[in-house]
Amino acid sequence: MGKSSVDDLVEAGSEYHAGFVTDVESETLPPGLDESVVHFISARKDEPQWLTDWRLEAFAKWRKMREPNWAHVHYPPIDFQAISYYSAPKSQTDGPRSLDEVDPELLRTYEKLGIPLHEQAALAGVVPDPAAVGTPEGTNIAVDVVFDSVSIATTFKETLAQAGVIFCPISEAVHSHPDLVQKYLGSVIPQQDNYYAALNSAVFSDGSFVYIPKGVRCPMELSTYFRINERNTGQFERTLIIADEGSHVSYLEGCTAPMRDENQLHAAVVELVALGDAEIKYSTVQNWYPGDENGKGGIYNFVTKRGLCAGPRAKISWTQVETGSAITWKYPSVVLRGDESVGEFYSVALTNNRQQADTGTKMIHMGKNTKSTIVSKGISAGGSENCYRGLVRISPTAQNARNFTQCDSLLIGDQCGAHTFPYIENKNNSATVEHEASTSKVSDDQLFVCQQRGIETEQAVSMIVNGFCKDVFRELPMEFAVEAGKLLEVSLEGAVG
Amino acid sequence: MKLLDVSNLHASVETDDGPQPILKGLNLTVKAGEVHAIMGPNGSGKSTLANILSGRPGYTVDGGEVMLGNNNLLNLEPFERAQMGIFLAFQYPVEIPGVSNMEFLKASIDSLARARGEEQPNTANFMRTVRELAGSLDLDPAFLKRGVNEGFSGGEKKRNEIMQLLLLNPKLALLDETDSGLDIDALKVVADGVNRYRNQSNGVVLITHYQRLLDYIVPDYVHVLSNGLIIESGDKSLALELEAKGYAWLT
Repeated sequence: MGKSSVDDLVEAGSEYHAGFVTDVESETLPPGLDESVVHFISARKDEPQWLTDWRLEAFAKWRKMREPNWAHVHYPPIDFQAISYYSAPKSQTDGPRSLDEVDPELLRTYEKLGIPLHEQAALAGVVPDPAAVGTPEGTNIAVDVVFDSVSIATTFKETLAQAGVIFCPISEAVHSHPDLVQKYLGSVIPQQDNYYAALNSAVFSDGSFVYIPKGVRCPMELSTYFRINERNTGQFERTLIIADEGSHVSYLEGCTAPMRDENQLHAAVVELVALGDAEIKYSTVQNWYPGDENGKGGIYNFVTKRGLCAGPRAKISWTQVETGSAITWKYPSVVLRGDESVGEFYSVALTNNRQQADTGTKMIHMGKNTKSTIVSKGISAGGSENCYRGLVRISPTAQNARNFTQCDSLLIGDQCGAHTFPYIENKNNSATVEHEASTSKVSDDQLFVCQQRGIETEQAVSMIVNGFCKDVFRELPMEFAVEAGKLLEVSLEGAVG
Repeated sequence: MKLLDVSNLHASVETDDGPQPILKGLNLTVKAGEVHAIMGPNGSGKSTLANILSGRPGYTVDGGEVMLGNNNLLNLEPFERAQMGIFLAFQYPVEIPGVSNMEFLKASIDSLARARGEEQPNTANFMRTVRELAGSLDLDPAFLKRGVNEGFSGGEKKRNEIMQLLLLNPKLALLDETDSGLDIDALKVVADGVNRYRNQSNGVVLITHYQRLLDYIVPDYVHVLSNGLIIESGDKSLALELEAKGYAWLT
């Protein structure tokens, strides 16, 4: 019957559309890591002494730490001395410039990736689906783009400034808003939080900084696009978002990298701070190069993301669509310190071929009447391993805390694995904690029903998978929801051969 | 005009104990405008016939030929057969969670249009058509937003199949025990839908255990399938005779 059954679908490798290399001359540090590298990066960015010291402190802590090994992932030991910790396109070494001066080769890179850096254009590659009813006109999105270790452009800065919103590379914020950076950097994720967070604290290069003033609703979506280009480099970006009292911001993050045979390390740190009555919605579409069908190459995505609901009624919502990376190790979390604060985690993680994902969330309830929701959808195809790991902790102070968790796994073929590790620590007997889990398969019967109605195999699989993810896609901003659907299609494309 | 021509069809089903022959040289010709009822005892190969014609995985064709018009169906993928006009109303419609009925139907009708080089229907018009069809089959329009067959009652699932039949308007409809599990009111709604579908250019193969469906959908031919072969053919009166005497007198 040809390629019409599930087993046939998982045979071939997937196609990665963002896998090209941009030919720009780069200034790249030779591989290796010691204090001089930390000094170099800090000096390169002309940082104040306190930050240099902070990095060195983190580096000292990192040296005493051990790589974590509890995740359900397997890879050869990483040689941290074989990685270059800084790489920047040469054309960018004179510091930030206006958009007009950005190297055209870089602009072309982003155009190819569907991220236009012209302010008149909305985020592209996300053309509204004509079939979707009630799609609004494409709205503007401000974009910060990080290429290897530096931010090369931030759009709509002026429009945002009028609203009092600060959106700029963190390397710039260190100079323009040192008080804010110094106050909040490391306040949610301490230097020694974990091995990769400590490494990031020592050698982080660039990333985005966002501050939304009191009572301001950010007038547009903010977005950062991360791109690894240079060979043998790691990317260690750091993002810090502060939503002051009663403010609101929606932030999107996208990532891609060229196809290479060797593995590359991406160890980012993202810290969110929501003060009282503030709301941060953070959405990620992660499409780092996943490696080839035999598991050669691909990004190691070891990322620490955490938000703090610092004041009452604050709300932080993480939505992630993870289709890329050879290995993903990532648990976007929320610390619910303010009373009645709300934490949400909506996740779709798709693994194909030899990919491994160990991802989930932590909801730490401290305030009274705090509430958290976790919806995780794991999709495994090929010979991949997909694991949900989550912690719900109810502290003694968290009167009437509530959590709802739903973890669903979908298997495509019979060579892949799905695992769920939910941890619940409840120290307050007024709390309500609910957990639901399911595992299902894309069945030959479902595929046949679609085919019998004339729908071709590839489209049928993608429709079934999209249906499975609907609860999460609903949470994405419209522009991203469409892109996420397409990305799943591309990531599964290989599964059809 | 010959619509479907099945000649000397041999087929087996894949089981844990190896292939099990089911069809053993079956012949069947359906001309445009005709309704053929296929009856027969359990295990005689009725559902296998429908599955083979539509290309369901899990079966092997060991010999013979199946022509739809001038096309040899047996070399085609299931979706290609559907695009050529084969429609199977499922005996056990499966659920596709999270994929709304409306979305599924639009994907289906767009695929068919694309394959036939026709224009895809305008979304608003399409949705209106579907809502009207649902209403005419006593289906609550709210069900169109629900996942395909998700949480549907047995009757709703079968009426949903008939709605798809009317919407997609295929050349040849294979109805696999669409009447099973239906109460008499639902049976009438389903039969009424099939009668609305019937015209001089299409054909119906109706697989059923019970003569009562044939009171509402009057067939031009009734065939008795037994042990992989059609052993008796006649008109509607054959069904009445079977109802009275069972199958034993034939085998």
